[in-house]
Amino acid sequence: MALQAEIEKTLGSFRLKVSFEAENGVLALLGASGCGKSLTLKCIAGIEKPDRGCITLGGRVLFDSERRINLPPQERRVGFLFQQYALFPNMTVRQNIACGVREKRKRDATVAAMIRRMQLEGQEDKKPRQLSGGQQQRVALARILVNEPDILMLDEPFSALDSHLRFRMEREVRAVLRGFDKPVLLVSHNRDEVFRMADRIAVMGEGCIETVGGRHEVFGDPKTRTGAVLTGCKNVSPARRLSRTAVFAEDWGIGLTVPDPDAACVGIRMHDIRPAAPEDGTNVFDCRVEEEIENPFSFTLMLRPEGTECVQPIGWETDKARWRAMRADRIRICIPEDRILILRE
Amino acid sequence: MDLFPLWNSLRIAGISTVIVFFAGIFAAYYISGCPRWVKGVLDVVLTVPLVLPPTVVGYLLLRLLGPKRPVGSWFLQTFDLRLTMAWWSAVFATVVVIFPLMYRTARGAFESFDETLAQAGKTLGLSNTRIFWRIRMPSCRQGVLAGAVLAFARALGEYGATNMIAGYTPKRTATISTAVYNLWSTGNDALALRWVLINLGISAAVLMTMNLLEARQRTERGDRRGAAG
Repeated sequence: MALQAEIEKTLGSFRLKVSFEAENGVLALLGASGCGKSLTLKCIAGIEKPDRGCITLGGRVLFDSERRINLPPQERRVGFLFQQYALFPNMTVRQNIACGVREKRKRDATVAAMIRRMQLEGQEDKKPRQLSGGQQQRVALARILVNEPDILMLDEPFSALDSHLRFRMEREVRAVLRGFDKPVLLVSHNRDEVFRMADRIAVMGEGCIETVGGRHEVFGDPKTRTGAVLTGCKNVSPARRLSRTAVFAEDWGIGLTVPDPDAACVGIRMHDIRPAAPEDGTNVFDCRVEEEIENPFSFTLMLRPEGTECVQPIGWETDKARWRAMRADRIRICIPEDRILILRE
Repeated sequence: MDLFPLWNSLRIAGISTVIVFFAGIFAAYYISGCPRWVKGVLDVVLTVPLVLPPTVVGYLLLRLLGPKRPVGSWFLQTFDLRLTMAWWSAVFATVVVIFPLMYRTARGAFESFDETLAQAGKTLGLSNTRIFWRIRMPSCRQGVLAGAVLAFARALGEYGATNMIAGYTPKRTATISTAVYNLWSTGNDALALRWVLINLGISAAVLMTMNLLEARQRTERGDRRGAAG
């Protein structure tokens, strides 16, 4: 089973133009809010109609603007997990799940089996509002799974949960997804969640997909500024070419030796910076510690390179014990060349 | 005491409410999905009877349905049926006057409906009819019922337009409100007072029903908010 989607849609001044393919396994759409990732899911589900494009799922054409095909959502067989779950408030848990069963003859048995599988025994006759957030999510998933969809689409699935529940539900959902042998689309702006859940990641900027790749690939080399920011890189600066091997990082006021000088931006992850060793020759800077921020399990130091026109301090995240041992007002750091992210706009 | 005005008022209000109940829901459902400017225009047209004096509504209805006017004369010639001065003539007046109340409250209920519920129903393969009756209507039930009760209450109190189109004929077109005016103007103060008291009783009962409905709606919403928080 595979999904091919080519979607164009204009909503006011916003323009969505995406094209991607999803095989079995989890493809995450990682993007900031308002970048069009939810709209993409809605177009695939048939809730929104694209202006142009073509969507096929396992060989079935769901939408094709040229051939004037537009299947109603009822016939698309897509499982859509809504952000707030969209459980029917006037129905019990059992009735909610029963709504999803297509084969009416086997309804009772299917519902009972799914209630057992999702550990909802004893909750069958409750209304959704009487359930905890985690239970509501299980009901929503159960309702989708009995529907036997050809694809699962999860829209920010954990955003409605408290953080302590989130981790547990993430594990439960991961287990469900492992048993689901068809494409899964996950929409999220949370990089940790995306890294843990997805096999492949598509980074979305304003209405378009900027990069697609395996999760290690995308986090290792995000390629674009948006990608770097979304994968959690806090230090990003515009860059200007100085020579064949160096750029000037404008926000930090420093020259950096880099593998590719034709970069619009450079980035360095906070934990990739290290104190300079005597043998370090390039990309070594004397910095003033402008601010010391204590996190639960680490320190973040905001550093300003000395003798430069630095607009934005550079953040460095380090181990607590290590910083306590070397604490000072000034520090010499090294920005390893092989850790620098070369980014385009 | 002749109870005909009570019976007549109740049947006029009842019939009008049933008509307006379905027409109001129908209009509210379709108009809440219209483009904004269409919605604006239709809103004004459909709500205007609420702010017009009932005598103006009565006048306009007579212009339309009177025996010498276009619609009225056609009915008279084709079916030998006079549309005015019968007890059911008052239904025309009442329907026009109470329609905005039903339409407005139903539309408010439909607009506060969480559209993702309907979308979820569609992706699960439920038909649009089923989604309307099993998901949308139950969620909007309280608002729709409150609108119907309010419309019924207003229908019982209709006087101006009714008086113009159905007149006051004892035992034929008399309603509570027209009876009170005519009894008072002919000096039958004691009987007028009785009808006033009956009217007060009915109105109080209707308003209490409204309050009960609203209270139930509030607790249900409160529960939902509690679960989300």
